[in-house]
This record gives sequence, structure tokens and C-alpha cells, in this order.
Amino acid sequence: MSDHHIRNVIEASLLAADKPMSISEISELFDEDGLTDKAQIQTAIDALALEYGDRGIELRETASGWRIQIRQSYAREISRLWPERPQKYSRALLETLALIAYRQPITRAEIESVRGVAVNPNIVKTLMEREWIRVVGHRDVPGHPELLGTTRRFLDYFGLRTIDELPPLAEIKQMIDLNPQLLLPVAEVPDTDAVVVAADSGEGDGPA
Amino acid sequence: MAKPELKWVPTPNDADPSTDSPAQGETPFALVQGQPVTQLPRDLYIPPQALEVFLEAFEGPLDLLLYLIRRQNLDILDIPLADITKQYMTYIELMQELQLELAGEYMLMAATLAEIKSRMLLPRSGDVISEEADPRADLVRRLQEYERFKQAAESIDQLPREERDTWAASAATDLRRPQSRLPQIALQEMILAFRDVVSRAAMFQHHHVQRERLSVRARMTDVLAAVDGGAFLDFVQLFKPEEGRTGVTVTFIAILELMREGLIEMVQTEPYGPLYVRAAQTPHLRPVEGEPADNPTEQDS
Repeated sequence: MSDHHIRNVIEASLLAADKPMSISEISELFDEDGLTDKAQIQTAIDALALEYGDRGIELRETASGWRIQIRQSYAREISRLWPERPQKYSRALLETLALIAYRQPITRAEIESVRGVAVNPNIVKTLMEREWIRVVGHRDVPGHPELLGTTRRFLDYFGLRTIDELPPLAEIKQMIDLNPQLLLPVAEVPDTDAVVVAADSGEGDGPA
Repeated sequence: MAKPELKWVPTPNDADPSTDSPAQGETPFALVQGQPVTQLPRDLYIPPQALEVFLEAFEGPLDLLLYLIRRQNLDILDIPLADITKQYMTYIELMQELQLELAGEYMLMAATLAEIKSRMLLPRSGDVISEEADPRADLVRRLQEYERFKQAAESIDQLPREERDTWAASAATDLRRPQSRLPQIALQEMILAFRDVVSRAAMFQHHHVQRERLSVRARMTDVLAAVDGGAFLDFVQLFKPEEGRTGVTVTFIAILELMREGLIEMVQTEPYGPLYVRAAQTPHLRPVEGEPADNPTEQDS
């Protein structure tokens, strides 16, 4: 079977499938011929991706597999095909989603303690209905609260292969950095204070 | 953003005495470029609803606090607590004036700020300081943690997402998409199935209800009485179909029981022929004695 044939079958199947397809799902299409292994399919996909290099569509791998999609740079024009604007998500929803994505598995109470406000049940419901989050278990504490986590659908939707591909979280500045500044108001004995407060973060109590 | 400070100027004529009043009456708004503006257009006034929208946009006390800090370019690690608390309280009061429904969390934060401030005012001796961190530390940590996820939410929002930045491509195909069609169920089949269920349920029901009234022991007595004469009796005649399934079953069990105890015999003259029952030829007294005591209440049925 020629590479050309394999490539075209992959292209056609991705267009026909209506969902992302994994390499092994694609390889099953060839099973009867028994000639294609997964490496061959990967090579064909790479070749196809290269071919799409300057086209309006692109090949992209998400959590569920490969898909052919509209290149993002044409989103402005393409979105005009549909009169309704894409849904905008509230900050509350996005913050809740972010906490679930980065801190999963997480309980509602833990989300509340970071955001400082109660979790809106409608938001959790919306996220569930969109199949972005699901209950992954229960925390073994009194009340057995639900633990929430993200789904493969969530990754697909945001074009991610794994949860590690999320944008990195901002670093938290270490408390030790902040100590000298914090002590400025207590101006009488700034030097000794600095040492003593540093000890609080477990650095020992020796003089600086 | 400092909308609370905005003031409405209600008397335009007093605002600028130098303007020519006759001309003003004709073309008050058309001379914006050429003439000094003499009358404040009404829509420059920021209505309370707009302020309400602005205040409602806060995602909670941490968000409001972060806004206050960021607006003034303050270092989150060194918050001037007295100022911030004062500003925070101004916003809270404003929200109350506008009768926004304030979540309890806002009040809790106000209390927390006040508590931190008061702890900072307490004199600290060297020994004590070594034991406790800056009173603001916990609040700073929470603010930082919240800000991280606020940013994370923004970056998630910026990820190229389906339906906004990209769409799955698909192509029409003439191939018939094989649909895994679920078998059609005729109404008749459903009715039949339901009938089965009903009859099964009925079995349970009758069994349950009639158990109280029908006693195998009592029925044994009845059967014995029926065959008392010593003559052969048609097996089928022992049953009363009007008693229903349960009654028939009880009779059957009674017959089996009587046979086991050797009180009746069953004979058949030819294969597949009718069955006949008669009292056993050798009397067994023991079980007969026990019968009346076993079923005192069922005698009348």
C-alpha cells in the first residue's frame, strides 16, 4: 500500500469521523490489509500536517486523537458564517474551571476557600453539562464531598493533549522575600526583626 | 474608576457666565469644537446602575481587595492596611447604599482586615515576634493564591477553543453511515411482557395475602374428610379452581403431605389415565391426632 494511499485514507477518515481519531483507531481502518503499523500512520500524519502547512485547515492532536480543524488565524472570517456570537464565559465560571483543572481532584469547599466566595451551583451544573468536568470520587472526610476533575472533552475543547499543556500557573513569591518589607512599619529594630521573622519559615534561628 | 467622587452639576447656566445665552438656546450642543461646552450633556452623568454593574463585577472580597491594591500599584507583599481597609469599607458602604445583596464573605473580609490591623498595632517584644509571622501573611497568601487562579482563568479563556477560535472540519460522504438501530418494539410485545409481569406480581400478591387464610394442615383435613368413605375419588375433584392458583397449590401440597405421611394413596389405572385418591388402608393415628391443634383459626374457612 502506497504512502499516498495511507495519507489519503487518513485525511478522508478524519473528515468523515466527526470526532478526533487516535492512531490506533486509524490503524484499525487498515486492519484487513495488515500492512500498516502505527509508525507508518504517524509518518503519514506528519506528512499530511506538512501538506496543510499553508492551508486554511490544520491537523491537530488533542486528548482524544487527531482532528482536522479550521486554522485559528481564520477564525475572524469563519465565525461570520454564523450570526450568533460564540458563548462568553463569566469570570466566575472560568475561575472555577481553572481551579478544577489545575487543582484536580478538588472539592467545592476547596474551590471556595481559594476564591473567597461560595461555589455557584449553576456554574458546576453548566460545566457538567458541557462535559468539561465530572465527579471523580469522594474525599474520605465527614460528608464525603465530591471530588471534581476535568474530562477528555475539556482537553479536546481547548485543544490540549494533556492537562500538563495548560498554561503554567504564576509563581507565588516566597514569604521570605516579603519579610524585610513587612517589617518596615516596626522601624525601631529592623535588623533583628528581619532575622527573627525569617526563622518562622523554617530557616533556623541563627543570626544573619 | 473613582465613580463615587463624580458630582452632577445641575445648573448649567451658572457653570460658565461668559457664554452667550441667546445663542445657547439655538445651538447648545453643535459647537463642541468651536465653542466651549456650556451645558453638560445629560448622559455624561454616570447613573447609579452603571456603578452597580461595576460593583457587581467583583467576584468576591478577595477580588475587590486585589482591585484596590492593583489600582494603586501597591505591592501586594506590603499592603498599607489602614488605607486599604478604609477604601474597602467605602466600597462596602456604597454597595449597601445601592442595596446590592452583599454576600457574607464581604463582611467577613472587613472583619478580617480590622483584626489584622489591630494585631499590627499591638506592641511586639522580640521573643513574641519569633513565634508569630506578620499578621498580614495569611491574607497576602490568600490574595496571591486567588490572583494566580484569576490569571489562570484568563489564560484558559485565551486558549484557542472550539466554537470560537477553531471548528472541526468535516466532509460530506455518500457512504451510508451505518446507524446502530435499536430494535423496534411492537406495542403487542410490550403488552405481552407487561401481562407476564402482572401475572407474576399477581402470584406474589395472592400468595402473600392468602397465606393467612389457607393452611396446608387445614386442607389436609379437608382432603382426608373427602376421602373418608374409603372410595376412590377423582384427583381433579379435590381442587377448587375458584380458589385460584394459591388455593390449588395449597391443596396439592396437602395431598403430597398426606401421601408422605401415608394417610392417602394414589392410584392410576393406566398410563396417562386419570388419578384417583383414596384413604390409606392402614390407619395412621398419630398425625390425625395433631391436626385440630394445628389450625384452630382456619376451621371456618
